[in-house]
Amino acid sequence: MAEQEQQTVGQKEKEPDWSEYRGVMIVVEQRYGKAKAVSWQLLGKGRELADKLETKLYALVIGHEVEHLAKEAGYYGADEVYLCDAPELKDYRTRPYSRVCLKVIHQVKPEIVLFGATGTGRDLAGAIATHLPTGLTADTTELDVEPPPSRLLLASRPAFSEKMMATILCKRYRPQMATARAGVFQALPRDESREVPIIRVENEMKEEEIAARVLEFISETGKVNLEEAEIIVAGGRGLGGPEAFGMLKELADALGGVVGASRAAVDAGWISHDHQVGQTGHTVRPKLYFAIGISGAVQHTVGMSNSEVIVAINKDENAPIFHIAHYGIVGDLFKIVPAITEAVKKKRGLPFGPELTTTGGNRA
Amino acid sequence: MHIVVCIKQVPDSREIRIDPKTNTLIRQGVPSIVNFYDKHGLEEALRIKDELGARVTVITMGPPPAEKALKECISLGADEGVLVTDRAFAGADTLATSYVLAKAIRKAEETWGSVDIVFCGKQTLDGDTGQVGPGIACRLDLEQLTYVGKVRKVDPQARRITVERHLEDGIEVVETSMPVLVTALKELNKIRRASLPGMIRAARYKPVVWTTADFPDLDRSQIGLKGSPTIVGKTWVPEVRKVDGERITGDTPQQIAEQLVERLWSGDLSTRLGWN
Repeated sequence: MAEQEQQTVGQKEKEPDWSEYRGVMIVVEQRYGKAKAVSWQLLGKGRELADKLETKLYALVIGHEVEHLAKEAGYYGADEVYLCDAPELKDYRTRPYSRVCLKVIHQVKPEIVLFGATGTGRDLAGAIATHLPTGLTADTTELDVEPPPSRLLLASRPAFSEKMMATILCKRYRPQMATARAGVFQALPRDESREVPIIRVENEMKEEEIAARVLEFISETGKVNLEEAEIIVAGGRGLGGPEAFGMLKELADALGGVVGASRAAVDAGWISHDHQVGQTGHTVRPKLYFAIGISGAVQHTVGMSNSEVIVAINKDENAPIFHIAHYGIVGDLFKIVPAITEAVKKKRGLPFGPELTTTGGNRA
Repeated sequence: MHIVVCIKQVPDSREIRIDPKTNTLIRQGVPSIVNFYDKHGLEEALRIKDELGARVTVITMGPPPAEKALKECISLGADEGVLVTDRAFAGADTLATSYVLAKAIRKAEETWGSVDIVFCGKQTLDGDTGQVGPGIACRLDLEQLTYVGKVRKVDPQARRITVERHLEDGIEVVETSMPVLVTALKELNKIRRASLPGMIRAARYKPVVWTTADFPDLDRSQIGLKGSPTIVGKTWVPEVRKVDGERITGDTPQQIAEQLVERLWSGDLSTRLGWN
């Protein structure tokens, strides 16, 4: 019946029969044997989609000495895990990784394949979608499926600088593929009782057939990881300059969180792009989000409105950010933020640094 | 060496507004610009040309007004600009776009010599997918280096290239063989200004125009709307859930701060965050 419906889309040729394509597959991303959080988040979402489709959830783990990740994938919700473990796959390289992915996709025939919308995920998905060929939706923030018999993936993503959302459909090809943003979906609680079958896959390419060499990886450990942060203290245009981010950093440190920023602050050059929330920046859902001197344009709020508790501090009482804030404070952020830092330190019994007063006084 | 740069003329999405009554995009009066990631790709091609000598061909697929974007590239120092245009190409998604651009790059090779490097922007401002670059690499069987923030070395003799890929968790230094497709980040370089001779050349320059008729072996089922597996279903303006929570007031910043802290510690949030 699904096939009949598809014919009415306006295709003259007879639609291929996609009924052997079943299941949802998540391609797990890792570096040095450590999985990216987005992979487990996608397994959480994938579980929901697979249940709705009454089908299986697969994970595909590729790398070297990554068997433990295959087990982890089961703990996070996969029903079956495909594992390709070989020395040639230690570093991500497009050709050998895409060969493995293509082989598994041809073998398993999943109806949906999802990747993290990371540099690596997008690199890999773009290559695979062209090879297959099939449709690929980039950078999705909402994923749903139409129940059987349609089984269509509804892949939604922000468009036009996050001013709109659009649902992208892929009716005529299988698998339906998408990359999805980190920090948007929630991982299931890790369940060690879930022991699932692990199916080993042979690596396809020998080292001498691979042109690319990863010479070095310069890890940026100091880089903020907004997507995985539980507490974010973000600043915007109202900060008036780069100096005030020092004040935010102190509050973030007192709370045990990290510093974020609106696009306005990043564009002004006050703080680097990896701190940006919303609009081509990060989508975050921390437990606690401070929006300080951020007016709350939709480009920013779509990136953070799913935070559990939002505190907004702004001198403009009509700033739209207050609509989505659980606690709103109207006033001078340069006085209020240091006071909150102090109160938090007092509450947590943390030592008071002398820098507190000086930072507060810098701007006054 | 022959370097091809793929560019796209895009509406400046930062200028696009939403009509609050109809919830549709207001495109009127929105300026068209060369997708700026693509311009960083062009700049890198021109730097390689300055240093090692190369022919730089710029290719765009789009409607006739995209000629303007090509002229801008000529003014910066590109040797040729090719406009690939035909109504049949309209409505293409990334898969169909990469098909046509791959055909155009093949034709550019027949016309001006085999290609060593293809530059694309990391993504476009309007599509935001970053999928066309890998699509072209796949179709032309090129090596693929995405999200490149620095080109460390191009060795035309050994036919090797070394770059820095900027990823979320760090910088990956990769070396591979040419021909290669590179997608550019804005960290890659600083874009030059057009020179006066460049501007004069651009003013007189007539871009090369290729239509479906110029590609005799084109598979019609792979172009335009028909060759595009993805379609746009519904679109909507994201509604941010309104909470309109509690306003915290007080006579002094200290009072306000203490009240806030009290609220934050009142539920189970503080326990779940591991606060003492």
